[in-house]
Amino acid sequence: MTITEQKPSYRYVGTRPVRHDGLDKVVGKARFAADLVLPGMLHGHILRSPHAHARILSIDTARAAAMPGVRAIISGADFPDLPADDPERNMTRNLMARDKVMYEGHAVAAVAATTRRQAKEAAEAIEVTYEVLPHVLEIADAMEPGAPLLHEDMITTGVDPEPSEPSNVSNRTCYERGDVDAALAAADIVVEGEFTTKPIHQGYIEPHACVADTGQDGKTVIWCSSQGHFRVRSQTAAMLGWDTSRIKVIPAEIGGGFGGKTTIYLEPLATELSARAGRPVKLVMSRDEVFRATGPTPGSRIRLKLGATNEGRITAAVARLDYEGGAFPGVWAMLGCMCVVSPYNVENFVLEGFEVVVNKPVNAAYRAPSAPMAAFATDTLVDEIAQQVGMDPIDLRLLNCPAEGDTAPYGPKWPVIGLRECLEAIRDSEHYRSKPAAGHGRGLASGFWFNIGEASSATVNLNENGTATVVTGSPDIGGSRASMALMAAEELGIDVHAIQPVVGDTEVVGFTDVTEGSRATFATGMAVVEACRDLKGQLRGRAAKMWECDVDDVEWADGHATHSGGEHEPMALAAITAEAGRTGGPLGATASLNARGAGPAFSVQVVDVSVDDETGRVTVERYTTAQDAGTAIHPDYVEGQMQGGVVQGIGWALNEEYIHDTDGTMENPGFLDYRIPVASDLPMIETIIVEVPNPNHPYGVRGVGEVGIVPPLPALANAIHDATGARIRDLPMSPPRVLAAITAGDGDGG
Amino acid sequence: MSRTHVSCNINGDDAEFLCDAGESLLDALRDEMRLMGAKEGCGTGDCGACSILMDGRLQCSCLIFAPEADGATIVTVEGIAAGDDLHPLQQCFLEGAALQCGVCTPGFIVAAKALLDRNPDPTETEVRYALAGNLCRCTGYDKIIRSVLAAAARITRETEEVLG
Repeated sequence: MTITEQKPSYRYVGTRPVRHDGLDKVVGKARFAADLVLPGMLHGHILRSPHAHARILSIDTARAAAMPGVRAIISGADFPDLPADDPERNMTRNLMARDKVMYEGHAVAAVAATTRRQAKEAAEAIEVTYEVLPHVLEIADAMEPGAPLLHEDMITTGVDPEPSEPSNVSNRTCYERGDVDAALAAADIVVEGEFTTKPIHQGYIEPHACVADTGQDGKTVIWCSSQGHFRVRSQTAAMLGWDTSRIKVIPAEIGGGFGGKTTIYLEPLATELSARAGRPVKLVMSRDEVFRATGPTPGSRIRLKLGATNEGRITAAVARLDYEGGAFPGVWAMLGCMCVVSPYNVENFVLEGFEVVVNKPVNAAYRAPSAPMAAFATDTLVDEIAQQVGMDPIDLRLLNCPAEGDTAPYGPKWPVIGLRECLEAIRDSEHYRSKPAAGHGRGLASGFWFNIGEASSATVNLNENGTATVVTGSPDIGGSRASMALMAAEELGIDVHAIQPVVGDTEVVGFTDVTEGSRATFATGMAVVEACRDLKGQLRGRAAKMWECDVDDVEWADGHATHSGGEHEPMALAAITAEAGRTGGPLGATASLNARGAGPAFSVQVVDVSVDDETGRVTVERYTTAQDAGTAIHPDYVEGQMQGGVVQGIGWALNEEYIHDTDGTMENPGFLDYRIPVASDLPMIETIIVEVPNPNHPYGVRGVGEVGIVPPLPALANAIHDATGARIRDLPMSPPRVLAAITAGDGDGG
Repeated sequence: MSRTHVSCNINGDDAEFLCDAGESLLDALRDEMRLMGAKEGCGTGDCGACSILMDGRLQCSCLIFAPEADGATIVTVEGIAAGDDLHPLQQCFLEGAALQCGVCTPGFIVAAKALLDRNPDPTETEVRYALAGNLCRCTGYDKIIRSVLAAAARITRETEEVLG
């Protein structure tokens, strides 16, 4: 279902053609990074730390180097040590430990050998001597005075006065408005709680993989799975101390990323091994390595207090958000502060965030990073307010709903946003209007994500037969090639399958930022449209030449040049491209831009659950999600993003968690014990695409990739409360925890 | 170390390869036969990305030793289409937008074929349980389930048309 406001009529945009890259993917021909084989290729293996925190005293590779098939061995000392203020320093130290290992699974050395088995056996023969250090795994422990320090020189920033002693807190963020103490004192109702979540892995099905081929000219070619090959190039260059012009990165098909492939893990290692061995080197992670050494999203501890009037207006918010970044600091707490109360107009607030390091894998972005944990706290407490004042949870959210011109908690004025429309769409849905089945509980929640613009490039070339090639630098992670082709088809007026969308490597297309922040269809789409508009001007000029008339008398409509005076029959694009050689040469255009004005994304979701009171198992019985897409370019893939986000959120809410033993060893580094949702866990995910066009995009697009994962955490918590009376504030709401909460009679029983 | 000689039939063709005794059938298919359609998502039989049919049975090829394939008839995702004619499952996956990144898709196509071969008219619940061994992190399964049901209906319709 789609709810649209005053949408222009389009011929291609909004249709559902078969995607261009689909055929290769259903017959097994699509080439992912691990599928590449080069002549003479060696296989690499990475030796990883068994300790959560230890000093590396020595690395002896003599025995490994003498083993059969071994061609190269590297460790941290083989890479330049970046200065302390270099923004890529932590990345390089994550890819290969220097001095200390910071978590179990931290890379210590790597081997290239003729076969995978030889590489693995040689890596295991490397002798590393460690001095084991005390480690710390949980936020609360890491913030204690006297806790083991991960970084002896880390002084908390954002605190006045600056602390004199190092700690495991890298940064404090704070957003404030109004007089929160007075607002809380005046509030009719105050609700509060502490909420915790565990680290969660992005769980892409394709493990990280790359092949690097370094030549005698000192240049390298890298094939890899990533969300952004230009960042692969710059990060690889940074770690090797190379000029970026020595590195060409060719994007393979990417088997899922969800933020986890916005950074690198393997490429500089493969490149250095290849340089030393003089042969191409392939590195492929096992699933175990993916869990232990990549991702995850932070665990969190959030304390939140909300004040409200008896009429349901939220007047005050005090939030303290602590996020664990893993072994190196991130920006997770800051993002959490920016999101935590954004779906609500709150006059008075203090939102304070602390960025904490612990001896766990270094966190990477995961779909709307930091927002789901924050929403878990906020929308659970908002549900409590609705209950206490006796209001429908949608009416309460509509009462507090921000609109264009209001000031967002993190500073800027809201542009055109579609939160109200999403709330109304759920309110008016058949799901929400029908009563939950007997024994089922219902939960509702909303979610916000910024979306971003950033740099994108596109080149559009017209072929002599009237078809077009659209080359962009955005890896296609979920159908974006089809969206690029649809926008080009709409502009040029030719069939969507007369357009071949291509993801170009770092040497054939202009710089393009990573596919992140739900930006590809928005920003790269803008570049495609701009290049097509340039081409339409060129096509008018060529038609004017052919007609020997003034270009101002030629217009472009529906794939044809038309003469304003009607003196010539409309001329199809293919007729112009066929004559291009005689009218000035090939037709092509390139656009590169910094996209501004990414429209913020909102989603509102309702879920019905049943809870087995003997086992505590929660079954999702019905789920409906409404999300503002601005304009849905390819509705199938908009729905796919919405459904995928919801189901990842369901996994996060009900099942998924990193489990570490007291030694800091991950106990569930496989899909058997780290259980992501499977088909039999789920119902269909009903979607309502809301379209409140983003005025900053030629077709009104706002990103759709991320926000869908935000509401499920609180929506499910609220539904479980509705079904059982138990308020659960710690994720995951797995059967033992739910059973314990039911048995203990937690919560208000309401 | 001496290698083991294996003779089998893969996607209708007689095939031979040499493998290590401890090598997985998945590795043999990919490394020896260069059939890259089956993917390794986990290597422990938990994700289904390496699904194949072996003597008609759905298997995780990462859990089978390559020498076990001696004498077997194997179908991989590359053998599902009849030449240029896509299998209805492949056609319905395309039309139903049942894939996003596409890395799990070969496993789903093979697993769904195994289901429809033995149960041509499954319910939604039967499809969900039959595919519970195949992980997809992109789609939330909704469009996959719908596409398998659509393919079942299409196969039934085509069979009825042939039979008159």
